[in-house]
Amino acid sequence: MSEQPTQESVAAVRAEPRHEADTHLQPIKWKFPITYVLLALLSLGAFTFLTPSGAVTQFRLATATDIVTLPAANLPSFATALVLSLLQLGLGVLAVVAAARRIKLGLWHPMLFGLLFVLAFLVYAGAGRGAFIPVVTLLAGALMLSVPLIFGAMCGLVGERSGIINIAIEGQLLAGAFLAAVAASFFTSAYVGLLAAPFAGAAVGGLLVWFAVKYHVNQIIVGVVLNVLVIGLTSFLYSTVLTQNAEMWNARQQLPRLPIPGLSQIPIIGPVLFNQTILVYLMYVIVFALHILVFKSRWGLRMRAVGEHPKAADTVGINVPRTRVFNTVLAGGIAGLGGAYFTVGQGLAFGQEMSAGQGFIALAAMILGRWNPKGALLAALLFGFSTSVGQVLSTIGTPVPSEMLLMLPYVITIFAVAGFVGRVRPPAAEGVPYIK
Amino acid sequence: MKLQLKGVTKRFGTFTANDQIDLTVQPGEIHALLGENGAGKSTLMNTIYGLHSPNEGEILLDDKRVTFDGPGDAVEAGIGMVHQHFMLIPVFSVTESVMLGYEPTKTAGMIDFAEARHRVQEISARFGFDVDPDAMIEDLPVGAQQRVEIIKALSRDARVLILDEPTAVLTPQETDELISIMRQLKEAGTSIVFITHKLREVRAIADKITVIRRGKIVGEALPESTETELASLMVGREVNLATQKEPATPGEIGFSVEGLTVVSGSGKVVLDNVSLSIARGEILCVAGVDGNGQTELAQAILGLRSAVAGTISLDGTNLRRMSVKERLNAGIGFVPEDRSTDGVIPAFSITENFVLDQYDQQPYSNGVAMRPSVMREAAVNQTSRFDVRLGTVDDPISTLSGGNQQKVVLAREMSRDIRLFLASQPTRGLDVGSIEFVHRTIIEERDKGTPCLIVSTELDEVSNLADRIAVMYRGVVVGIVPGDTNRDVLGLMMAGVPVEEAYTQAEQHHTILGEADEEAQA
Repeated sequence: MSEQPTQESVAAVRAEPRHEADTHLQPIKWKFPITYVLLALLSLGAFTFLTPSGAVTQFRLATATDIVTLPAANLPSFATALVLSLLQLGLGVLAVVAAARRIKLGLWHPMLFGLLFVLAFLVYAGAGRGAFIPVVTLLAGALMLSVPLIFGAMCGLVGERSGIINIAIEGQLLAGAFLAAVAASFFTSAYVGLLAAPFAGAAVGGLLVWFAVKYHVNQIIVGVVLNVLVIGLTSFLYSTVLTQNAEMWNARQQLPRLPIPGLSQIPIIGPVLFNQTILVYLMYVIVFALHILVFKSRWGLRMRAVGEHPKAADTVGINVPRTRVFNTVLAGGIAGLGGAYFTVGQGLAFGQEMSAGQGFIALAAMILGRWNPKGALLAALLFGFSTSVGQVLSTIGTPVPSEMLLMLPYVITIFAVAGFVGRVRPPAAEGVPYIK
Repeated sequence: MKLQLKGVTKRFGTFTANDQIDLTVQPGEIHALLGENGAGKSTLMNTIYGLHSPNEGEILLDDKRVTFDGPGDAVEAGIGMVHQHFMLIPVFSVTESVMLGYEPTKTAGMIDFAEARHRVQEISARFGFDVDPDAMIEDLPVGAQQRVEIIKALSRDARVLILDEPTAVLTPQETDELISIMRQLKEAGTSIVFITHKLREVRAIADKITVIRRGKIVGEALPESTETELASLMVGREVNLATQKEPATPGEIGFSVEGLTVVSGSGKVVLDNVSLSIARGEILCVAGVDGNGQTELAQAILGLRSAVAGTISLDGTNLRRMSVKERLNAGIGFVPEDRSTDGVIPAFSITENFVLDQYDQQPYSNGVAMRPSVMREAAVNQTSRFDVRLGTVDDPISTLSGGNQQKVVLAREMSRDIRLFLASQPTRGLDVGSIEFVHRTIIEERDKGTPCLIVSTELDEVSNLADRIAVMYRGVVVGIVPGDTNRDVLGLMMAGVPVEEAYTQAEQHHTILGEADEEAQA
C-alpha cells in the first residue's frame, strides 16, 4: 500500500466536497431559440421590407355554403407583415429568455410561431397581386394532401411500435389505391372499393411480417423489395388488363361527400373539415382511437412492450410473434385505406405509381411526430399544408418560385430525420428480430 | 409452495447444459444454487420458468407434475422470476411494468390505471418498499428496479420466487435490503431459489445450498460450510480464493488524468471532472455500480469517446487530442469490457485476433505486406505462455471458451511493451480458474512496473487486486481509498456517500454480509 498518494487524494476530497452529480444542469440548448430569432428576422427583412409600400393583400374567407358570409379581408401588406414579424420576434425573444432560465415552453409556442410566419409569408406573397388568396381552398387542399400521409403515418406507427420497421407504406398505399379502383369499378360502387382497399394493404403487411418474423430477414430490405414488387405488379396489371378493358376494371368511381349538417356550415373550418367523404371521417376516428388506445389500452401497452423489449414481454406470457404479425397486418389495412383516397376518395382512375413517394413522406411524418399519433397527425398536416401553399401560390403567381415551396416538405423531412427536432427515440427493439 | 425437479435434462445440440438434475425446494426455504459462470444455473431456472422446455425429466409443484409451454404458464402456476438482466422496459412507468401481461381492464380493453396503481401501492406497502408507482423505470436506480421486478412477481401471487444473480448490480447496502426482503418473503411462506456464484452471500442468506458444476449437481451443503469448502465443491478442485500479492512498490507517477469531463451524445455529463493518478508498479481499481461512468472513463482514456475538458497524461505526454491508434502506440494496453463484441472478432482466427492492434507494425508487417508466418509463430509462442487451451492458432477464436478468449486478449495486449495497462471488467463471465489466472497476470504486469487501471464492478475482484481504490458514482470520483478498505465503506461510497461520512456510517451500521465476514474471521 502506498501511503503518499492516498493522503493526497483524501486531502483533495476534503478540500473540494462533492455533491451528487444530480445538481449538474443540462447544457442549455440554443438551437431552437436561435432558429426562431433568425426566422423572425427573415420575416422582418424579406416579408416586411421587400413588400411594396401601399400594396394590399386580399384574403378570401368565405365559401358559397356558409351560414354567415365573411367578407374578404383586405389588409395593408406592409403594416400587417410588420406586425406579424414583430410578434414573431417577440416569441423568439421569449424562447431565448425561457432557454436561459431553463423554462420549458409548451407546444403552443412553435405552433403559434409557425402560424405567424406562414401568415407573414402569405401577406408578402399576395401583396399587390390583385388576386385573392383563397383561404378555404388552401386549407382544404392541405387536408386533402395530408389524408394519405396521415393514414400512412398511422400504419408506420402501429408497425414500429410493435417492433417492425415498415418501409413498405408506399407499396401499401399503392396496393390499396389499385384494389380500391379495381373493386369499385367492377362492382360500380365506390364503397366496395373502400372495403377492398384495406385487404390489399394488409396483404403487403402480411408479407412483410411473415419474412420478418418467420425468417428474420432484414425488415428494411423486405420493405424496399415489397415496394418494388407492388409497383411492378400494379404497373403490369395496369398496362395489360386495366388499359384493355378500362370500362370494366378502371372506371372512375367517387365516394360521395357527406356534409355533416350544421358543422359543415361553420365559416372557414366547416367546409374544410366537415364536408368530406366517409374515408376522411374514418381517418378522424382512427387517429383519435389510436391516440387513446396506444397509451391507455391493453392492446397498446402490449404492443409497446413488444416493440421496446420483446424478451420482457415474452417473460410475462405475451406472444411476441403473434403480436407483431397482428399489428403489422392491421397497420397494413390502415395504409390500404389511405391508398383508397388516391382513387375512389378523389374519384380518379388508377394510374401507374400514383402514390408518388407519399409513403416515404408518411414515414417521415411518423418520425417527426415521434411515433405518437398526435405528433404524426400534426407533422402530416404540416407537410400537406406546405404542399398546398405551394400549389395555391403557383396559381396566383408569387415572387418565390413555387418549386421552392413544393420542396419544403422534403427539406423539413431531412431535418426531421436528421434529429433536428430533438432527441428522437424510436422503439428500442424496432427492426430487431426476436429469436428465443 | 414445494418445488421439485426430477431428472431434468436440457440439451442444446450436442451440448448438455443440465444433466439429470434433481432438486427439491421446501416451502418457505431460501435455497441457493451455487455454481460458476457457465455451470448451467440460468439454463435450469429458465427451464423452470418455461422459457426452455426440458428434453427429459419432470417438474413438480406441490407434488403435482406440471409442464409449461411458456413463461405465462409458469407464472400461472405460481412461479416468479427476477432475471439477472431485468425484464423491464425503460420507457414504461412502474405501474405499467408491473401490470404488463396481467392488465386490469375496463370495457373495450381499456386499462384500469387506478386499479393497477393500487396493486403496486398495496404490495409496496406490505413489504415496505419505497417505490413510486408513477416513476419511469429508466429514472430509477438499479436497486429500485429490482424491487419493481419483485413487486411484479408478487403481484402475480408467486409462491416460488427465482432470483438470478440478484446481487450482481447492487451495492453491499442494497444487498442488505434485498436480504431482508428475502427473509420477509420467506416468513410469508414463499420459497426462494437464489442463483449465485458469490460464496459470501450464500453463507449469509441460504437455508440450503446446492452446488452445480458443468450441468450436474455435485453436492449439497449447509450455510455453515466454509468458503473454501464451497469453492472447492463449486470448482472441483482446491482453489486459492485470495490472490497472493506482494505489497506494491510504487514508483513515480506514470499515468494521470486531470479534470476529465465527458458529455454523452444526449448532452448528459457522464464523467465529471475526474482526476486520478497511478504510480508505476501500482494497481488502481475503479469500483462502482455498473453505469456510473466507469465505462466512459476507460473509453475516454483510450480515445473511443472524446473528452470536453481535462488532460490525460502518460509519461508526461498529453494524449487527449490523439487518435486511438496513436494512444495505443504510445503504450496503452487495453482489455475492453465486452470481450465478444469489442475484444475479439469471433470469426477471425486466433492468430488474426492476436495481432488485431499490431498487424501493421514490425515485425508483423513489412511495408504493405503482412507476414503471416511471423504472426503465426508469435501467436503460438504467446498463447502457450498464457496457457491458452486451443486446437491450433488457425481456428476461429469463437471455438474457444470465454476464459481462453480472454487469455488471448491479455496475451495480445501484454506481449508488447506497454506503459499503461487498462482493463474493464477483465474477468466478467469467466470461471474461477481463468479468474485466478487473469488476476495473477495483472499482478505480474504490475510488478514489471506498469501502472494498471482496472475497472470492475465486482467488489471481490477489487479487494483482490487493488493497491488503491477509486469509487465512482454518477460520473464523479467519490474518493480514493486504500486497497484494504472495508466493504461497507466502499458500498456506501458506491451510493455516493463522501469518504469520511462513509467511514462513520459504516462504523455505526454493519451490513449482514460484513457481519458474516467478521464472524468468519473470528
